[in-house]
Amino acid sequence: MIPALIVGTLAAGGTYLILQRGLVRVALGFVLLGHAATTLLLTAGGLTTREIPFVGADGPTPEMADPLPQAFALTAIVISFAITAFLLTLAFRGRDVLGHDDVEAELEPDEESP
Amino acid sequence: MTTLALVAPLGVPLVAAGVSMWLRHHRTAQRTITVLVLLDGLVAGVRLVLATDGATVATAVGNWPDGLAIVFAADRFTALMVTVAAGMALLAVTFAIARGEDDHDLFHPAVAVLVGGVSAAFLTADLFNLFVAFEVMLMASYLLLTLRGGREQVRAGAVYVTVNLLASTVFLFGVGLTYAAVGTVNLGELAALPSRAPTATIGVGLVMLAAGVKASLVPLHGWLPRAYVHAGPAVTALFSGLLTKAGVVVLYRLASVVMDGAPAARPWWLFIAMATMVIGVLGAVGRGDVRGILSFHMVSQVGYLILPLGIWTVAGTTAGIVYLVQYIFVKGALFIAGGTAETLAGTGRLAELGGMLRTRPAVAMAFLFPALALAGLPPSSGFVGKFLLVLAAFDAGALVAGDVAVVVSLFTLLSMVKIWNGVFWGEPSERVAREPAATRFAIAVPAGGAGDEEPAPGPRPAPLHRGRVLAMCGPALLVGVATIALGIGASWLIGLAEPAALSLHEPATYIEAVLQP
Repeated sequence: MIPALIVGTLAAGGTYLILQRGLVRVALGFVLLGHAATTLLLTAGGLTTREIPFVGADGPTPEMADPLPQAFALTAIVISFAITAFLLTLAFRGRDVLGHDDVEAELEPDEESP
Repeated sequence: MTTLALVAPLGVPLVAAGVSMWLRHHRTAQRTITVLVLLDGLVAGVRLVLATDGATVATAVGNWPDGLAIVFAADRFTALMVTVAAGMALLAVTFAIARGEDDHDLFHPAVAVLVGGVSAAFLTADLFNLFVAFEVMLMASYLLLTLRGGREQVRAGAVYVTVNLLASTVFLFGVGLTYAAVGTVNLGELAALPSRAPTATIGVGLVMLAAGVKASLVPLHGWLPRAYVHAGPAVTALFSGLLTKAGVVVLYRLASVVMDGAPAARPWWLFIAMATMVIGVLGAVGRGDVRGILSFHMVSQVGYLILPLGIWTVAGTTAGIVYLVQYIFVKGALFIAGGTAETLAGTGRLAELGGMLRTRPAVAMAFLFPALALAGLPPSSGFVGKFLLVLAAFDAGALVAGDVAVVVSLFTLLSMVKIWNGVFWGEPSERVAREPAATRFAIAVPAGGAGDEEPAPGPRPAPLHRGRVLAMCGPALLVGVATIALGIGASWLIGLAEPAALSLHEPATYIEAVLQP
């Protein structure tokens, strides 16, 4: 129940933010959505088994956590980090060439042909 | 041996991207590396095609036990797509080099990463790795789209990145839900999911939705015409051949292996295919610039490509694969020919172009034959693909969809004629006669479909050497010859595509190979 609420809250906040106009807010929205997805991945592996997912000399133990969702989550975090960096760079570049980060705004008439 | 053959199409480009990055101040070395890598991809693809006649080759990287290993698998369908992707990338890169568009340190590494990501998306047999492959591919495409960092690129890039990122997030949610429901994301273990674990189809459905965004199905298509026209012409050609098609290929694969042909979804696929065809082509009719028209046609043609999902007979899928293989080259060639005209005149606006048939007949020829193939006129390969597709639709009782496909072809012809009239027919316009951008296009790449370079004041620059123009539009000429050859010798292509369609319709060998690599 609690993981579901966490995922839901994060996804709702993320959705609200990516519907904003400024690119920085959109980037923050994707950070939240990325967290929601990561939490979902971790939840998918089951929350009752929490031992470290290393197979020792005695073989796997019943309390061992599922390693696969952890690997998924780690990969997803790395990817969303890279893309967040790219989005922020794009917003920064937008400030340079457009003067603001509202990329959907109409271009000023004198800006029509760069 | 199998491991090497399957990992090479993604491993070699990724390693080469690193080397290319290291040699970023040596353009000739970078060019050599990219061309060699793509030639290698082509050879690897052809070898896979030869190895997959009715069989599936699969490998578990690193010999991990079942369920942990990363599995790559190729049946004939995958092998064909790997080959075609490498071939199209080679043509687009040739165009980029001839045009001077690769004059950026990051161009060649990004192209290599893109090709590696696309090959990985084709070869992987695991939903999560598919997500990673998509991200690798998209990351390179974000970079290529915004490489020049102008106003239009930032705006187009923002739309493109956010839409694709949202789709990727949905994809990731889908992967998580699938894993939560059945505890695996291996395509072999997900086989025939609807009958075994109906709830898990929600997760796979989300994955297919995300693939639909990347394939730009209506109503998820809005980003494509807005973004693609603002990339450089060679980048647009590259994207047209690789990106949306990866989405289509994933839809085929999931429908075949996981959804078991998705009988309940077939009427919906037909409906989406028709909507995509019609809305795409109507958008194209309304545009007044070369690449704008071609971009909307990309949406429209995706409708043809997913029509087989609604028909789902072996004949229909064979037709779809034949169409897909030739269409990737045809659309790339059109972007190359249109991009050459745009490069010479400094604009893509039809109103300011005209008469290029007289000044540059080679460019006109380079456009003509692929345009005929796109409209589906005989004796081009496009005719064969469309004819088989419409025939299969009628045979399967999808009468309306078949009719729509024919009518949309007429509109496709209409907009090809529009480009032909606007760019090549009639008296040479001021821009076409002066070729204002020709002398300095290596640095100033015309921005977007609505190109914007004013004719340079002062004396008329020396006209561009014919050899260089020929090098730019050469890839498109080559495709033009190939479409006619394939139109006449179509049985060869059909023979290649048939095992691919059979493998999609009876995925037992594929599933078995994935489960026991």
